[in-house]
Amino acid sequence: MSELATASTAATVATPASAAPGRLRRFVDSDVLWSFWHSPVAVVAAIVVTVIVVCAAAASWIAPHDPFDLASLSLLDASNPPAWLDGGNWSYPLGTDNQGRDVLSAILYGTRLSLVVGVSAVVLALLLGVTLGLIAGWRGGVVDTIIMRVADVQLSFPAILIALLIDGVARSVLPRDVQAEIALYVLIAAIALSAWVQYARTVRGSTLVERNKEYIQAARVIGVHPAKIVLGHLLPNVLGPVLVIATINLALAILTEATLSFLGVGLPPTEPSLGTLIRVGNDYLLSGDWWISIFPGIVLALLILSVNLLGDWLRDALNPKLR
Amino acid sequence: MTASEALLRVERLRIEVPTRRGILVAVDDVSFAILPGEVLGVVGESGAGKSLTGAAVIGLLEPPLRIAGGQILLDGRRIDNLPYEAMRRIRGKEIGAIFQDPLTSLNPLYTIGRQLVETIRTHLDLGSAASHERALSLLREVGISGAEQRIDHYPHQFSGGMRQRVVIALALAANPRLIIADEPTTALDVSIQAQIIALLKRLGREHGTAIMLVTHDMGVIAETADHVAVMYAGRIVEIGPVRTIIAEPRHPYTVGLMQSIPRIGGRRERLRQIDGMMPRLNAIPAGCPYHPRCPEAFDRCLRERPDLLAAPGSEAACWLYDRVPAEADRAAHG
Amino acid sequence: MAEPAPLLEVRGLKRYFDASPSAFERLFRGGSRLWVKALDGISLAIQRGETFSLVGESGCGKSTAARCIVGLYPPSAGAIVFDGIDVGALRSRRALALVQRRMQMIFQDPYASLDPRWRVRNIIAEPLTTHGVVTDKAELRTRVGDLLQQVGLSAADGDKYPHEFSGGQRQRISIARALAARPEFLICDEPTSALDVSVQAQILNLMKDLQRQFGLTYLFISHNLAVIYQISDRVGVMYLGRLVEVAAADRLFRRPCHPYTRLLLETIPRLDPQGERDPVAGEVPNPIDPPPGCAFHPRCPFANDRCRQERPELIEAEGTLVACHAVEEGRLPVEPRAA
Repeated sequence: MSELATASTAATVATPASAAPGRLRRFVDSDVLWSFWHSPVAVVAAIVVTVIVVCAAAASWIAPHDPFDLASLSLLDASNPPAWLDGGNWSYPLGTDNQGRDVLSAILYGTRLSLVVGVSAVVLALLLGVTLGLIAGWRGGVVDTIIMRVADVQLSFPAILIALLIDGVARSVLPRDVQAEIALYVLIAAIALSAWVQYARTVRGSTLVERNKEYIQAARVIGVHPAKIVLGHLLPNVLGPVLVIATINLALAILTEATLSFLGVGLPPTEPSLGTLIRVGNDYLLSGDWWISIFPGIVLALLILSVNLLGDWLRDALNPKLR
Repeated sequence: MTASEALLRVERLRIEVPTRRGILVAVDDVSFAILPGEVLGVVGESGAGKSLTGAAVIGLLEPPLRIAGGQILLDGRRIDNLPYEAMRRIRGKEIGAIFQDPLTSLNPLYTIGRQLVETIRTHLDLGSAASHERALSLLREVGISGAEQRIDHYPHQFSGGMRQRVVIALALAANPRLIIADEPTTALDVSIQAQIIALLKRLGREHGTAIMLVTHDMGVIAETADHVAVMYAGRIVEIGPVRTIIAEPRHPYTVGLMQSIPRIGGRRERLRQIDGMMPRLNAIPAGCPYHPRCPEAFDRCLRERPDLLAAPGSEAACWLYDRVPAEADRAAHG
Repeated sequence: MAEPAPLLEVRGLKRYFDASPSAFERLFRGGSRLWVKALDGISLAIQRGETFSLVGESGCGKSTAARCIVGLYPPSAGAIVFDGIDVGALRSRRALALVQRRMQMIFQDPYASLDPRWRVRNIIAEPLTTHGVVTDKAELRTRVGDLLQQVGLSAADGDKYPHEFSGGQRQRISIARALAARPEFLICDEPTSALDVSVQAQILNLMKDLQRQFGLTYLFISHNLAVIYQISDRVGVMYLGRLVEVAAADRLFRRPCHPYTRLLLETIPRLDPQGERDPVAGEVPNPIDPPPGCAFHPRCPFANDRCRQERPELIEAEGTLVACHAVEEGRLPVEPRAA
């Protein structure tokens, strides 16, 4: 290292002496976290979601009864109202359904199932959509046109319809005995396939913008392999909006699953999700046993609302222009 | 220059921005005056606060930035504390603005004729035919040929230099007495720059319009301005007539700045450079903000912040020019 | 003794962009293909160790030329020869990589030329890892630290992210990255145009020092004539995709030949203006539809009929290369500028 260089430039720029903080410190200090603590809505929503998720995850341990164990059901306890009403009893805090299943336990297991389906569908849609979006944006030309036209066609159908379609096709194609086992996977695939388009479009748009930026050009000039450029440079820089979409999509996925189950084409009744519970309870709503569908309904609404609110907050917090 | 003569007076202007880490001072104790028909150049590097000062004068400071002290007087009347509606009427009618990027200053969806007429009718009481006539005459005045046809064109149909002329026409539409021009030629090619500079000077002379020209380009200032204020870290460090400041700068920052400007002619040796960088708003040094980079700094500079002091030919905020002879002596020989 | 072979030679380089309406539209509404002639045939040779600058206003094609030479755009026509290797004829990635390692680029926008999500040390190390120059992690760290110090930053800065630095500092990081794999040839696309004047002085001085230290050859692109004056050995003036004059720097500034060069030198704002100037009217024409013959003739006070029809080629005139009929015909007096 030459004398010349040190002499001429050594004192020219003074950078702060402190060492650069690690990742965790940066996150803790970041504006995003600060905006979180200062947004009561976000904090409440986060608490609600956390509580629901934790309870659902711990369902096997905290549920008072196992609603799927047919042997433990007793028809004598069927159609009990919630504990604080006449005829209720605290061993079934939220009441029982027409078969004697404890509503609270059913909600816990059902929420777990809804969450599993919702999160898996979102992850799958994300992987598919981001990949296709990156390819379309980077390659351009014919590849881009094909992918985007497929996306456009799909967008002209409502998501539910697409999920129904895929589900219906699966049912007719697959033999009966296999259906019940893989119903879960078909459902997840159906929801994912109905949702990938948003990710693809957003990522493609961002890719088109970032592709012309000079840091990408610099990587090309250096001679970095295109795959490395896309995965190492482009991907991290286009993921921002994807996170927001994913959060909001989660709510939609759970709702879609609930809708499909409600319509009877989702999960089989032996593994009820929140949607199935609501459907089953619907039949008894007018006969006065309201608790069977109202409580699952409330939990579903709370979950979706909280996830949506979190998504809204995240979008605003990550938007540099609003800061 | 008495208080009654100056068209615009800015007195001890202070602009702050509250952040979650505390209040930052972006512009600190800035004072200057502009006479009718005069061009004042405000020059400084990025972060010096010159654009914010211009924005404050015209009332376009974006919150959370706010004026936290001092006053701005137009013709003796305070304008910094006016309610929104009152300021809106002054803006355009008495103060016009030209910003850097002509592409974003014009609405791409409307013809320039429509934008001109809209501005004219907002501020002047003219009927639609009279406004149209005035728009045409403005376009001709800024040098757009074929005004009758081009008045119905959209901004994207004009080139960069032409667009900037349209923006100037818009700024002049209601005959303002003061124009704030923020980097009006930076986005333009060199040969077009010259045309725009000449246009601004001519208009200033013919209409008696005062111009506050904010820029980082000393060359543009040299060609256009009568007086110049040099800003550094939110303060004016030197102010005076343009010829004097360029030929014989007094403040060490101005000296360093003039030396680092590459010039054509003369030996092509290493450029003199100023080491270091302008301090960030949250790290402005105590005492004179320039002292860490100043080759002439002595101990008073680290402790006390200098106000603008009389120096030969201009005013400079530098302890080298303090009237106390002993100190100045020590500084000169120390 | 024969002159040494140039490090970079460009012959008849053209780059046209397709601005035609889509095939669909052309089918139904007629109309032909439109081409933006960003580069309309330029030829130059750069010797090892020199600083060659391309200067011109927006739309003249200098940035396009830089990008074609470094390989970001494929040329529409013409040849690029680097150290005797015809770059356009290379087919394999490996052969191309060998050239890429020796030729690097510094970009204009310090805010867009560094990946905002990468740490500085990884940004600078990228050329080293891509070309397999250094594989040992410890050695990599040392190399990166050295490079940071050579450009005036400190080794600890490697742990930070680009947004923690100012424009000038980012440009230093870009320079460190460009120099990492020890290239011979550096293309600098307006490296100081986005920087403040005092920072510009620091960066220009740094680049000069590094050139001396490492024996680099620079192709320097700028629209700022004063900067060109400071840093160049030879200068090429471009207008509307063509080279109109090529000369040694001090000659160009003392005795500009081409009318456009004279116009440029006349119109730059001077710090000591000699009275009122009357700037030449007109603007750079649209590159989709350039004027026939000499591209500058609509704005040229010396244009004659030949200028309107025939495109001038670069000819040798008193130590300069000029593309001008008026100079060729002796109509244009060549007098030195009052500096």
